[in-house]
Amino acid sequence: MNAPAKPTVTILAALNKALSDACAEDEKVILLGEDLADPEGGGIVGVTRGLSSKFGDDRVRSTPIAEQAIMGAAIGASLAGYKPVAEIMLMNFTTVAMDMIVNHAAKLRFMSGGQTHVPIVIRTMTGLGFGSGGQHCDYLEAWFAHVAGIKVVAASTPEDAYGLLRSAIEDPDPVLIIENLPTYYTPMSHELPDPSHRVPLGKAAIQREGSDITVVTYARMANETRNAAAKAAEAGISVEVIDLRTIAPWDRETVLASVRKTGRLLIVHEAVREHGVGAEIAAVVNEELFGELKMPVRRLGGAFAPVPYSKPLEDAFAPNAARILECITQCVN
Amino acid sequence: MATNAYGPGAETLLDIYRRTALLKANDERIRKVITSGKIAMVYYSYRGQEVVPSALSACLRDDDQLCTIYRGIHDMLAKGFPLKELWAELAGRTTGSCKGKGGPMHLTYPPKGIMVTTGIVGSSAPIANGLGWAAQLDKSDRVAIATFGDGASNIGAIHESMNLAAVWKLPVIFVCQNNLYAEHTAYKKMTGGETIAARAAGYEMPGVRVNGNDAVEMYAAAAEAVARARAGEGPTLIEAMTFRFHGHNFGDPGEYIPKEEMAAAVAADPVPALRAKLIADGIATEDQLAAIEAAIEVEIDEAVEFAVSSPWPVADDLRVDVFAEEIAR
Ligand SMILES: Cc1ncc(C[n+]2csc(CCOP(=O)(O)OP(=O)(O)O)c2C)c(N)n1
Ligand SMILES: [Mg+2]
Repeated sequence: MNAPAKPTVTILAALNKALSDACAEDEKVILLGEDLADPEGGGIVGVTRGLSSKFGDDRVRSTPIAEQAIMGAAIGASLAGYKPVAEIMLMNFTTVAMDMIVNHAAKLRFMSGGQTHVPIVIRTMTGLGFGSGGQHCDYLEAWFAHVAGIKVVAASTPEDAYGLLRSAIEDPDPVLIIENLPTYYTPMSHELPDPSHRVPLGKAAIQREGSDITVVTYARMANETRNAAAKAAEAGISVEVIDLRTIAPWDRETVLASVRKTGRLLIVHEAVREHGVGAEIAAVVNEELFGELKMPVRRLGGAFAPVPYSKPLEDAFAPNAARILECITQCVN
Repeated sequence: MATNAYGPGAETLLDIYRRTALLKANDERIRKVITSGKIAMVYYSYRGQEVVPSALSACLRDDDQLCTIYRGIHDMLAKGFPLKELWAELAGRTTGSCKGKGGPMHLTYPPKGIMVTTGIVGSSAPIANGLGWAAQLDKSDRVAIATFGDGASNIGAIHESMNLAAVWKLPVIFVCQNNLYAEHTAYKKMTGGETIAARAAGYEMPGVRVNGNDAVEMYAAAAEAVARARAGEGPTLIEAMTFRFHGHNFGDPGEYIPKEEMAAAVAADPVPALRAKLIADGIATEDQLAAIEAAIEVEIDEAVEFAVSSPWPVADDLRVDVFAEEIAR
């Protein structure tokens, strides 16, 4: 018997193709960010490699290191009919552009009474694993999910990365896409998605069906959860894994239907647990399903500390498959 | 600065005066209406700064785009914001340009190129760059304007924006309305360097300081900057010297402004000064100008009446315009 072919397709390649296909299909799609064009290497990890050569440096522009100016340029161009995809190199750097994102991108549609809108995509990467310490790998999705007017997305597979990015570019409102840096290069699939592939915003994926417990997660933690669920199955525990894919607005129907079935819910994210996305999901599940729960809703998240440098501390900071499995086992027994 | 090749002709001066008269009358009416209790609102009076946007707008077309600030109703009216939609928005009614959701600090009216009004100091400029980039991509000769204050010239967003506009050669005009105060703080006290205009040199873009209260000087500087931008020659910074007569916001007595400074500024009120010039130069007669002013008062009467007799929004409107799709109940 032949061994199954090894996967070759990475999230990085899927994102590159999504941007390329979007630029090819719609000349209103424009890209900007630091080091983004080919003379500067096509992005520091290469997500945009080849695009300025293909679509010209009018449409695909490297920028100064000026996050407010980057976001402002994206917002302004979108007000005039373009669909800018702005790259903020790392998620921590969104903090110096918060005014543009929160006070302007998210609010102009509402404050103008619908006369203007801001169809931009903000791509940014993050995630621990490379020992970069406290200012280069935070998950700040809860900051943005708390703001009315911006959608927040994170994929854990190449197919979803492609489909969500294409949908985000076509969406008439601002979408923040959080990409996981350490898993960019992990081969996960066999084929690059077709240009027609889309993943609707606001729709979660049930990545594994199960009956004993629901685990709601996203981004790299979805990979860890899938691994934990496979191990749990060996021990006779049936885990339903839901990858939210869109963090805001999140797919309440899918989550509630699953928890109604299993009666147990664990939420897992890499972001600091306190005041995180898990708290919102837990609150809604309590409001809607209190009488049907077999246990209090549980959460696993990052420690309430800045992301540390030292390897043992970094390992201790965030959930992983082993810790998720341990928690699942506790919950079910 | 003296006038350059771009000095305004008689027709243009009269056009500028028409705008300043509208702006002045509108400010006076807003303050009166707030005082009477007829409409409650936050208000940042621009009285004293009317000539800056009037002369600027006389160089602009409807498709030229503007990003302005909380103290920006003068910028918008000069560019053609319709009075009824303006007043209804100030009154928070559904007939306002923003359906009552924006208010005085977030007025928007795209048909006249009034794209963004921000309440955040300095944030007009980054967005104006994007409008300029779009004009470049469209191969259009339209321009984008960012207006902001002297205080804003010290915030990072302005500098990030001037640098990007310079390196991308964007058709953007940065108009700093230097009214010598930022809230309660005197310009001199918080500004490194003599002028704000000089900062443009650091980005290798033209920077000029002009008497913004002088229609001829202001128009000439604006016309030159607009011509450069339309020709693809890049951005300009104009520092327009002016003054505000009524404190930072409505209710601020402005006690931090020395009495003599205020008295001198009011004595040099740019609107009656321009009016007197038009008559002295034989561009218009007293009767003509009085007729213009009377017509403006009637228009404002109608706009105020329209506003206060319009319906209020309802709670369900909170679910609309957050996203393209309505928020579920
Ligand atoms: C980022 C930010 N900081 C502070 C404020 C509060 N604030 C509003 S107006 C203002 C003064 C701005 O002065 P200036 O730029 O000279 O404009 P002017 O009000 O004189 O037209 C301040 C500090 C703000 N709105 N935004
Ligand atoms: Mg000022």
